[in-house]
Formats: sequence, C-alpha cells, structure tokens
Amino acid sequence: MFLDLFYGLRDEGVPVAIQEWLAFVDALEAGLHGSSLLRFYHLGRACLVKSEVYFDAYDRVFARLFHGIEGSVDDEITEQLLEWLKDPKALPELTPEQLAAFERLDHDELMRRFLDTLAEQTERHDGGDRWVGTGGRSPFGHGGTHPTGIRVGGPGGSRSAMKVAEERRFRDYRTDMTLDGRQMRVALRRLRHLTRRGLPTELDLDETIDETCRNAGEIELVFRAPRRNDVRLLLLMDVGGTMDPHYEPVSQLLTALHEERGLRAFETYYFHNCVYDHVYRSARLLREDEVPTGDLLRRLDRRWKVVIVGDAAMHPAELLEAHGNIDPRRTTPTPGIEWLKRLANHFERVAWINPEPTSEWDFVQTTRVVRRLFPMFPFSVDGVTEAVRALVAARQGEAA
Amino acid sequence: MSVDTSFTRFTGTPGYIAAGPLVDAVNCSIALQRPLLLKGEPGTGKTVLARHVAEGLGMPQLTWHVKSTSKAADGLYVYDTVQRLNDSRFGTGDVSDIRTYIKYGPLGRSFAAAERHVLLIDEIDKADLEFPNDLLRELDEMRFTIVETGEEVAARHRPVVLITSNNEKELPDAFLRRCIFHFIEFPDVALMRKIVAVHHPHLDATLLDQVLIKFYWLREQNDLRKKPSTSELVDWISALLRAGVSHDTLEAHIPFVGALLKKEQDVEALTRYDGRGGRLPVKWSELGPRYNQ
Repeated sequence: MFLDLFYGLRDEGVPVAIQEWLAFVDALEAGLHGSSLLRFYHLGRACLVKSEVYFDAYDRVFARLFHGIEGSVDDEITEQLLEWLKDPKALPELTPEQLAAFERLDHDELMRRFLDTLAEQTERHDGGDRWVGTGGRSPFGHGGTHPTGIRVGGPGGSRSAMKVAEERRFRDYRTDMTLDGRQMRVALRRLRHLTRRGLPTELDLDETIDETCRNAGEIELVFRAPRRNDVRLLLLMDVGGTMDPHYEPVSQLLTALHEERGLRAFETYYFHNCVYDHVYRSARLLREDEVPTGDLLRRLDRRWKVVIVGDAAMHPAELLEAHGNIDPRRTTPTPGIEWLKRLANHFERVAWINPEPTSEWDFVQTTRVVRRLFPMFPFSVDGVTEAVRALVAARQGEAA
Repeated sequence: MSVDTSFTRFTGTPGYIAAGPLVDAVNCSIALQRPLLLKGEPGTGKTVLARHVAEGLGMPQLTWHVKSTSKAADGLYVYDTVQRLNDSRFGTGDVSDIRTYIKYGPLGRSFAAAERHVLLIDEIDKADLEFPNDLLRELDEMRFTIVETGEEVAARHRPVVLITSNNEKELPDAFLRRCIFHFIEFPDVALMRKIVAVHHPHLDATLLDQVLIKFYWLREQNDLRKKPSTSELVDWISALLRAGVSHDTLEAHIPFVGALLKKEQDVEALTRYDGRGGRLPVKWSELGPRYNQ
C-alpha cells in the first residue's frame, strides 16, 4: 500500500513523522488531490516534506513507487498497451536488464498483472486510493510506459507528476552535496554562545519592578546588557597543492565566516599541508606574513574555538618527521604532528573540516593519523552543521 | 483532527497569478487548519500572497513583521508595565484593571477577533532560533493564556496562517511538523508572461520577448551574486516603458541595469562582459535548451 511512500521517504533520510502522515491522509480524505496524480504529488510534498532540501529525495521515492501509474486509462489506450505487451521486444530503448526482467515473466503472468494494475487504477478513479502501492512496482508499468516515454492518457499538454518527479529539479538543494555560501551561513548561524556583556541598554523589567517597590513607588528603571555572542573563532586553512581543487567552496566558507558578524572575535591563518612553527596571515604564505604558531597558543586562550580546513593528505614524512616541511627553506626540528598535538591539547574545541570525500579518508595514512587527534567532518551542509554542533556543545564548569 | 470538507477555497485573484501547486497548498492548509510555510527566492511573491489570499477569501488580514528582536510573546500580547507603573505613580488612568495595560499583538488580535482573519507571519527566520518553538502550542491549539490576568484567549475562528521564511535560519523540526510546506519556485517563461501581463497589460509582445530573453539570460549567468527576481523584472519593465525604450535599443543593451542588478560586482561583471565585446542574446534559441522545448 502507499505506506511505502512513508517508509520510502524515511529510508531516504527525510524526517517524516506520523503526525505529518496523518495530515496527509486527512488531506486525501478531504479530496484535495482531486483525481490527478500531479496534484497528489504536490499535496504529498506539501504535507510530508518540510524543506526544499528533501524535495529531491521525495522525487526519487515518488518516481520509484509510482512508476507507470499515470492518468486515467481508457479503452483505446488499454488496447494499444496490450498490443505492445504481446511483443515487449518491439519497445525501443529498453535496457538489456529491463528486457531480461521482462522476458523472465511469461506472457500470461504479465497480462494478469497488467490487468490487475488497470483494475486498481479504475478503482482509484471511483474514489478509492488502493491503486497506489502495488501498481507502482508492477513490472508492466516500468517496461511498458516509461522507457518508451508513453504516458497512458495523461492530462494533455500539462506536465505530468511523473515527469515532474523524474526531472528532479531539486537536486541542487540536497544537503549532502558541497554547500554554497548561503547554506554555509545558515550552518554557521549555530555557532554562538550567548552571554551578557557590554553596555546596559536593555530594560530589565523584573529588576525595575523590584527596585521601584524598594524605592516606595518612585520609578527606578534598571537596565542590563543585551545578550551577545561570545564565540571566538580561529580558522586555520590549508592552501595550495592538493587543496587547489577545493578553492571555490573553501573561499565561500571564508566569505561566510567573514560576513558572520555575530562572532566576538575571528582570526584566520593559512598553512600549507601541515601546521609547523609558523602560520601565515595571507594565503600567499609570504615570509613577511609569518606568525609564530607558539604566539597563537600563548595569545589565544583555550576557549577559542578552532576550525581547521584541510585535506590532511600529505607525505607521511611531512607530518611525522623532523624537518618534514615540504618547503626546504622553512624546515624545523619539530615535526608537524607535534604542532597538531599542541593545538589539540591547548584548545578545548577543535573541528577539522576535510573537503575530500569521506570514503577516501581511510585510505590516506596521514588522514588517519590526524583523525586520531581531531574530530573530522566532511565539507557539506551536514558536515559543517555537525562540526559547529561539536564546537558549541555544552561545556563543563562554564556558566552560560 | 477533523477535516472540514466544505471549507472556503482559495482560487487565486486577478492580481496574483499563482501556480496550481501553490493554490493547492493554500487550500490544503485551510482545510487542515495548519499554518502554511512559504519559502522561495526573494521576490517570488511570498509576502504578497497573503494579501491576495485574504482578498480571495474575503477575510481581513493581519501581519506580524518578525524582526531580529521579536519575541514569540509579543505576537500574543504585551503587558505595558512601565505605563502602569507610571499611572500608579502619577494617579492617571485606572490602575486597578490590569486589562487596560494588556495590548494584543497580531496573533492575539486574530484570535480575539469576531471574524476569521488571514494572519501573515512575515520572515519568521529573522527572529531568534527558538522563536518558532515558542509558538508551537499557540499555533496548534489557537489559544493562549494571559498570565497576568489568568484569562484564556481562544480563537473564535482559527485564522488562516501564512508564514514566510528566507532560509536565514533553520526552523525547528517540531515546528515544521505542524506546517504545510510550499516552496515557491521561480516562475518559468509561460508563467512569467502571465505575471507580467497582470502588471503591464498593454505591453508590446515583441518588446516583452526581448525583455524576458534578457532577464532569463541574466539569471542564467552563474557568476551573478544576486539573481534578479520577479518583482525586479516588473520594476524594470516600468522603467523601460516610462523611458519609452524601443525594441531595437533593447536588443543590443540592457538599459536601467540598476533595476535588475543590485550588487556592484554584478554590474561590473556585466560591464566587463560588454567591454569584452560580449553579445547579448536576441532570440530564445540563444538561451539554453530549457527555454526552447
């Protein structure tokens, strides 16, 4: 039955709850879908999916379930279809797999299933909604209507639900993809920790009343400082070499962070492959831009939150051995790993954002080492959101 | 939840061209008595929709413009304590009746009203992250209690609630679960023609073609920081008509580019394109396959 839609969506990671499902059923009962699959599609989407991010998942599930059910079926088309059914090979553009699947069903079986489907569809048009589930997976529908692009009597001229679903116009809104600047900002908005400090400009009503009472009714206005974001952020970015392909998304993250004015303090430094004795104020990594990493550790206290963006992919020697810096003019006896450990120990909250696909992390030796030091997150809306969550998660012994 | 099958249906108004799915979503929200959450690019008519829903349904409209400082309680009522303190201090006004110092917010007013209202909660994402959560019960049960008097205000008629969001903040799941959601897509060319016809009914067809070709071409340019929207298109056409720009001029130039592009980088990018001798498209066939089906 069409509960498949519900579970299909949940399997795709769309957060649908019973409450929304019931609303959808209510809407169907009220006849809001009319008798059109397209309106059914939109109604389902309006009730079940609450963010354009999941529209693509909805399209995929919908296309899978309702493949082959389209519009009303009248006699003429039925006959045509039966005609084709008798000779499935005549259908152009069937993939070999589909053809094989087709041939595995003998003709009678296929015919029976097809007629069942039709029966269910007719039933729907009498007002029921049983037509949905089984029909969607009918082998007939798949082979018969879609690959050839023939719609069974769909509403002429206007767009069909299946076409809408199969177009998957909302692919760009998927969150597991790399993010654009705006989405990045949405993810970064969570990066906050509110405290009251600064000039008292906000009327504190409770205190005002208390003070006024104490003052025998003479009005005494009490002000307090508004709540402000207390987050201080240190961003360390890997630039050059293997990071070049990631330039675009990384620069968007940087822009988004710069525009995030809510932060109490924000500093950015750059490095190449690994952090050594120095980090750099600009991405050109010039000598005059050098800042001793030790200075950073002394100047910034442990409450600073640190985000490191880098692919953590380098030659093992660059990370683990003395004089490992790939730039021979700047080598130092302290290996990179030592500096990373110092960062990890000094700051309470560090998140490493890695733009390489998650699937490759395990195959890079240095990535595995770095992951033991820092929690690592992929460079996607979900990843950045997770990283931010890890950065602001409740701390012990610090008053909010 | 009971479903009202004989509910008042919204069918669109002459001044607002709504796509079928949007009309369905509005009706769904009316029938299920759940708030309708509208998202979409800026300038796709999210806010204007409320006015036209109100007009179409023949109901009065209330608007709650949410700001970054808005609190959920402000929408219900505000207890003006400072006024009351003042009055008691100086002996003006009737301090004994606390109700004179309770002032309803837009949500409170729509509950207390004698007739059914359309309530627009505009740009809900501007407020604090917790803001939508604080409204859950009020939107669910359409009732709230005035703490100071113990009075309960229950909606006589559940208002038709429309909520717009620009995606600046994510809305909490519990809140989303109670909404009907609609994402207003950017109108395609056919719909855009209808929309333009509403605002500029006597526009010359060839001129309109040129206008739309330039407009959609601009929107296709990936390096634009801010794509021009429907409302900007309508403004631009007004400017073109006022200045009497001819079809020929429009073929080679984009006059009054300031009406369409609002970021200096974007204007610069276009100037650079011009400077390089870049050609503006003149026919639909010069745009992508999406426009030539």
